[in-house]
Order: sequence, then C-alpha cells, then structure tokens
Amino acid sequence: MIRFDDVTISYPDSPPVLSHASFIIPDGDLVVVVGRTGTGKSTLLGAINGLVPHFTGGTLSGDVVVNGRSTRDHRPRDLADVVGYVGQNPLAGFVTDRVEDEIAYGMEQLGLPPVTMRKRVEETLDLMNIADLRRRPLLDLSGGQQQRVAIAAVLAAQPRVLVLDEPTSALDPTAAQDVLAAITTLVHDVGLTVVLAEHRLERVMQAADQVLWLPGDGSAELGPAREVLARADVTPPLVELSRTFGWPQVPLSVREARRHVTTEGIVLDPPHPEPTRERGRTALQIEKLGVRYGDVLAVNDVTCDFASGEITALMGRNGAGKSSLMWALQGATASSGTISVTTGSTSEDPREVTAGRARQLVSLVPQSAADLLYLHTVEGECAQSDRETESSGGTTAAILTRLGADLDPQRHPRDLSEGQRLALVLAIQLAASPGVVLLDEPTRGLDYAMKAALRTILTELAASGTCVIVSTHDVEFAAQATTRTVVLADGDIVADGTTREVCTSSPAFAPQVAKIFHPLPVLTVAEAARGLR
Amino acid sequence: MTRQVARVERPIVEAPAPTSHTRLVGRTTHPWGWWGWALGAAVAVSLTRNLLLLTLVVAAVVWVVLARRTAAPWARSVGAYFTLALMVIGVRMFFQLTVGGLREGTVLFTLPEVQLPAWAAGISLGGPVTLEAVLFTISDAGRLAAMLICVGAANALANPRRALRAVPPALYELSVAVVIALSVAPQLIESGVRVRRARRLRGGASRGWRAVTAVVIPVFEDAIDRSLLLAAGMESRGYGRTHDQRRVGRGTSVMLMGALMCVTLGTFILLGVPGSGRRGALALGGGVVATVVGLRRSGRRLAVTRYRPDPWGWPEAVVLGCGATAIAIAGWLAHTQPNAMLPPISPAAWPTLHPAMIVLALVVAIPAVATPLPPRDER
Repeated sequence: MIRFDDVTISYPDSPPVLSHASFIIPDGDLVVVVGRTGTGKSTLLGAINGLVPHFTGGTLSGDVVVNGRSTRDHRPRDLADVVGYVGQNPLAGFVTDRVEDEIAYGMEQLGLPPVTMRKRVEETLDLMNIADLRRRPLLDLSGGQQQRVAIAAVLAAQPRVLVLDEPTSALDPTAAQDVLAAITTLVHDVGLTVVLAEHRLERVMQAADQVLWLPGDGSAELGPAREVLARADVTPPLVELSRTFGWPQVPLSVREARRHVTTEGIVLDPPHPEPTRERGRTALQIEKLGVRYGDVLAVNDVTCDFASGEITALMGRNGAGKSSLMWALQGATASSGTISVTTGSTSEDPREVTAGRARQLVSLVPQSAADLLYLHTVEGECAQSDRETESSGGTTAAILTRLGADLDPQRHPRDLSEGQRLALVLAIQLAASPGVVLLDEPTRGLDYAMKAALRTILTELAASGTCVIVSTHDVEFAAQATTRTVVLADGDIVADGTTREVCTSSPAFAPQVAKIFHPLPVLTVAEAARGLR
Repeated sequence: MTRQVARVERPIVEAPAPTSHTRLVGRTTHPWGWWGWALGAAVAVSLTRNLLLLTLVVAAVVWVVLARRTAAPWARSVGAYFTLALMVIGVRMFFQLTVGGLREGTVLFTLPEVQLPAWAAGISLGGPVTLEAVLFTISDAGRLAAMLICVGAANALANPRRALRAVPPALYELSVAVVIALSVAPQLIESGVRVRRARRLRGGASRGWRAVTAVVIPVFEDAIDRSLLLAAGMESRGYGRTHDQRRVGRGTSVMLMGALMCVTLGTFILLGVPGSGRRGALALGGGVVATVVGLRRSGRRLAVTRYRPDPWGWPEAVVLGCGATAIAIAGWLAHTQPNAMLPPISPAAWPTLHPAMIVLALVVAIPAVATPLPPRDER
C-alpha cells in the first residue's frame, strides 16, 4: 500500500533524516513509528502524503508510492482521497468552526456532490461516535473529542491510509483510550492502513501489527512489533520488563505479560514498604484555595500542604483543574484562599510579593515552555536569566550543564528539541533557586531516555530540599519519579497518598507493571527485578 | 352489567426524549437576506434627517434583532454598535458646541468665547448655542448613528463566517483568506495573554523595548507556527485541488474591471450628482449585472461544492424585498416630500410625519414576523 523505494530525505546543512530507506507497508496494517526524539518520525509521516518535500522544503530522492500514486508527481492535495493526515495539534489544523462543517470541508475541496457529502458526513459521525457533537463549535471540544473530530474530518474523503502524528500524547489516559479504540475500529472493521508515531508507546503498542524503528542514523527498520521492539532503543515498561527478566519475546499487552508470568510461574516478593522517612518541613501550604474564571469553577476550595524534599504527582483528567492550581500556586492567576510558602522562618504569599520575589518562592515551568523564551540564542537566554535573578554570570549555564544538557550556546531556542528546550527553561527557572518547583506536563514530547534523565534531575532537586510538584497524565512517569500522588477531579482533591497506594488502588492510574503483578503493589520494573525470587 | 370503555380516537405517540443531538424545529435565515435587508434600511435612513423617521426605523430594526437573533457570540455585537452610535452623536455635539459654525436662531445658552490667534486660522471656540444648531446636529449625526445600527443589526443576525461561506465560487479563495484572518485575531489575543502570563514566571523584570519584544516575539512565532500548521492541514485535505490551472480568460477580466468601474461610477452619480438619478441607476444596474456574469464565468474554474448551503426560500425573498421596498419608499419620499425628509434647519420646527414614513418603518419591521424562528437551542 505504501512503498518507500530507496528514499533519502535531507535538509540543507544537516545530515540526512532518512538515507536509502526502503520498505513496504502492506494494506490493512497498523504500523507504529518509533524512535527517539529528533530521529525524523514526523518527517517520515509527512513523506507519506507528500507534505515532505512539497510543503516543507528539503530534498527527497528515491520514490514514495502510495496506492499506486507517487508523491513525485502528486502534491499532498492530489493525495487527499488516498491519505488522511492528522497533525500533532488537531486544533491548529481546523479550517472551519463547527464539527459538521469541518468534516465536510475536505469533501468540498474534492468537489463531491452535496448528496454524497451529506451521506458521508452522517456515516463518519457514526463511525467516530461523535454524532452528538455535530453542531458544537470546535473550540468548545475537549482534547480527545478534537482528536476524534480531526480523524473524522480526514476520513470523510474515504482515504485508504490514515497517518497520525502523536494522536494520544496530549490526552489523559481515558481520552487516549477513546481515540485508540476509534483507530483500532478503523483498522479492524474498515480495513484502513494506519501509520502513527507515538512517544507513549505503552498506549498503542498492543494494537500494532508492525513497528517501524528509526534508530537515528538515517536507516529505517520495519518488522513485526515483537521482534523490532526487542532491539529498539525505545523502552516502554513492557520492553524493559522483558529485557530485565530475559523473556524471549516482548509481550505487547498487559494481558500477554500476565499470562507469561502465570505460565512461567514467576513469583515476586512483595516490595518492601517505604521506610517511613520523616517528612520534611512544610514548604508550601494552601488553605481553601479557589480559582474561578467567570462562572467556571476550576479549583474548588482545596486545602493541602507540600513538604520540602517531596516529589508530588498531580493527576486527573484534562480540565480537572491541575494547571489552574499550579498557576494559582505560583501566584500568577487570581485565586481566593490562602497560600503560604515557608522559607526559613518566614512565610510569604506569592500573590502579595513582586513577580521577581514570587519566582524565588515558587517557580513554574508551564506546559508551553517555549513561551518563556524570546531571545535568539541559548547563550542570550542564559545571560538574561542571570541578570533577572541577579546571580553571578554563568549560573544558568552551569545549571544547564548540571542538568545534562550541553547545548550549543549559539543555537536558536526554537531549533532545540522538545527535551532540550525543557532543560533550558528548567535551568532558567532554577536560577532563582526557588524553594518550590512546579512542572506542568513536562513529559509531553520526551522519549524514554529523556524521561529517565528528567527523573534523575527531579530526584536530585528533591534531595537538595526542594519541594517538587509535577502535573502529569503519564502514569508510568509518576510511578517512577514521584513519592506522593494527589488526584484532582472536578476541581476537588479526590485522592491524596503515597504514589504506591494511589496508583495501585485504581486501574485508571496504575502503571503497567502494577497491572501485571496485581495484586502485589509493584510500581516499577526495577522493583519487580529486586523482588524476583 | 356493561362497562364503558373509553376509546382513544387517535393513538397518542409520545415524543422521543430529546438527546443532545436532536435537531430542533426552526432555521436561521440566509445571511445575505439579512445583509440585504439591513443595507436597505441603512440606505433608506441615509436619505433623511427627519428625527421621527430615524427613530421609527431604528426601533423597527432593533425589534427585528431582538425577535430573531441567536445566542451566538456575534449576536451580542448589537450593543457595541449602539455604543458606537451614541459616541458618534456625542462627538458631533461636542464639536458643534465648541467649534460649530451654526450660531443663528433661538439662543439656548452662551458658552464663554475664546478667540484663537491668527496662526490657528482665527477659529473662535464657544459662543452662543442655538436650538437650531442642537437639533440639526442631533438629526444629522442621528442619521449616521442609525446607519451604524443597521449594519450592527446585520452583524448580529447573520454569522459573518456563514455569510462568507455563501459567496460565489470566483470569490472563494478571497473568502477563505478573510475567514482565516477573522480567526487569527482571537488567536493572537489568546497567545498574547498566555505569553504575558508566562513573562511573570521569569520575574517580569525587563522594561521598555525588551519587555515589548519579550511578548511580541513569542506571539508572532506562535502565529507563524499556527498558520503553517493550518496551511499544512488545508493542503493535505485537498485545498485548491480542483483549481483549474488555466488562467481566467482575458475577456472575463476586462469585463469584470469594466463592471466594477460602472458600479463605482453609478454609485458616485447617484449620491454625488443631483438630478441625474436615471443615468446613475442605469450605470449601477448595468455594472451589477456585468459583475454577476463575470464572477460566474471566472468561478467555473474552481469546482468546490458546498455542504448544506443555507437555503434561500420565501422568507429570504421577503426579507430582501423589505429592504428594497424601504429604499423605494424613502426615495419616493425624498422626491416628493423633500421638506419632510430633510426639514429646513431654521426655524426650528417639530418634524412632520408623513403617512408613508409609518409604512416605511412597518416594512422594515416585517422580517420580525415573516422569518422562521432559529432553533430553540440556538436562541
């Protein structure tokens, strides 16, 4: 269905993204593209419908043929009825403002007769199960709904191939399930060929027929999921587990892994309960903290305290009030109730001090970290950060090195990878040596190795007495990196306890390892390996 | 013993319980219908300075808006247009009182007079304020204010985006550009707010030029990123695919240019040269016809189709007809009753109300009852 024939893609002044890659994706397969950040997953996806190089520039040698049409002489618009392409941020790709109109847009462009359009819109609404959203404005939809509408919008042109770039990365676990269910329906019932890239491999690998691995040297390796994942340099928990335990085959789902555990008779000792360490002094205390926007109640009178040296995960579905709470804790969003940040013997409210002082009390790395950057070079940003915090020159650069990111000082912050940019922003925010550090959704766009690096950084920060709060959808990251978990729902705190208690008590928040070894409260592969008899 | 059993004449069918996607009775009227009606009313009020007629027409327009507007965001804009209209009157009044040239007639009160030096053209500020001057200002500014309210009404009743969706194919690309531009403004505001908020996280210490670039650069980068993503989305969904690569024929281009010139000339003659209404109308009419033909011909090279276009039925014809009738009545009045339409400035007198004026206001008000109600969930 999709044939890459000796394809080399390169941009000026950099090594080729793909070099002499040849593979054939058969009709009806669900192929997951894996690889570390910056190995060219998005470029490869774009090459399937000709966006690369027709739209993005660069040069492509060799040939990409989809359903008999070569991208050499077909522009992306000429392939619209063969390939449906959904980008990383569905909202940015919407052309109209209503669900129904958006679904019809592609067909209008193809010039289909109105009667056909009407029928196909109805079919597509039902196929993606979004009939009740038909008259809703696109801006009012939740992340999962937007993703499903975006898929529906390309499906209406009845393509044979669906290309999805990170379809579930921004979603909470439940919304990700919805989207994935929709995608599997398309593969199994409609017979579409689906190619998708995803960082959170644990969410999609169970559905994968084949895996296309980009090792980063320009080659591309396509093969059955189990075989390729056993070698690839991306390690979702199931891969890590099977490698640690020396299993011959990588289980693709929790069910397979559980069966393997049962048949092999693997028995674990229950993990040692955490030594009840003495909790650090309270660094941040909130009482009846409320945030409202107009008549929307985002955070409803939350009372809680956070100790220094503690890493807390803040979880909950999209729109549960996590971000609002974080911004309120920093004092950057108007809120009611009391916030007191204790440094030494004094307590201060970040809302009542200057912005400069507030960031010394509480520092926030927001979800769109790039908003904080505005200079042309990494060097400039570091120097500006030193000036802002009145610290000696080179402080920020030194922190950046300590974070393990040796960035070229002359590079433009926009050109950095997601992980590098996060490191830069984190370094800038740490330059003020705050007592409390907040990170809003930091793992978005990070691969497994980068997440491990972030985990180490956070652990070091906590060890030096900083109070760290991380809001995240990534249960695997929360299970590995945090000691305490607070779950928000509907603006209220609905669960608060050690990560082990909270994460193993409900299937929605349980990491895969915990599901495999249920009822033992094992959180990570390392713990499981320690408990192996 | 017999028992009487009640027989149900007509079986009662229960209405299905409404769900969130139940389609409700009613429809919105075609946007171009509303725009035609509102422009008709605006042209009608532009022909008069009679305060009674202005008030009647504005009341009729507002009644229609209140009766037929939806709960959509753009429907709230009518209040903004009212504020704008009042501002127009206020500004005109201010200048009339201070600088204004009309000083004869019944003096109401006298403002202290200041004579500006010769280099300021010897203008005198203040002086006597007369009843005639005040009345003239209110009625003359009121005319502009009433036109503004008519345009505001069109905005409130018709979704500007839907109106743009219904343009002829030749203008399709233009309308897409306008629609995207319309959505860029709120996005810029949104990312501006986000970046400004983020500035605080870095202490917000920078001042002056640096503070401006600190907000402007990320906002622009954001805007460019978004527009690239949008362009990629449109490209991969087939935008411009049916676009015939052939250029528009030379004849069509010349015809369109000529037609537009005719329209401009006709409008100019109609409004600017007194006593040549027939020639102006002829030029305008000819220009419009030629434009329609030209657009149709050049639109053939783009084969996009429309999903569920707004229907054009009798309510739309009635609405448009009301606008045209309003112009006709106002034109007839201006021709036969010039003193009633443009009351003499002095002496100040109560404006006369010609019966045809009441008819005009009623005609403008007809769409309030002659159009279908919008669906309940949109009201």
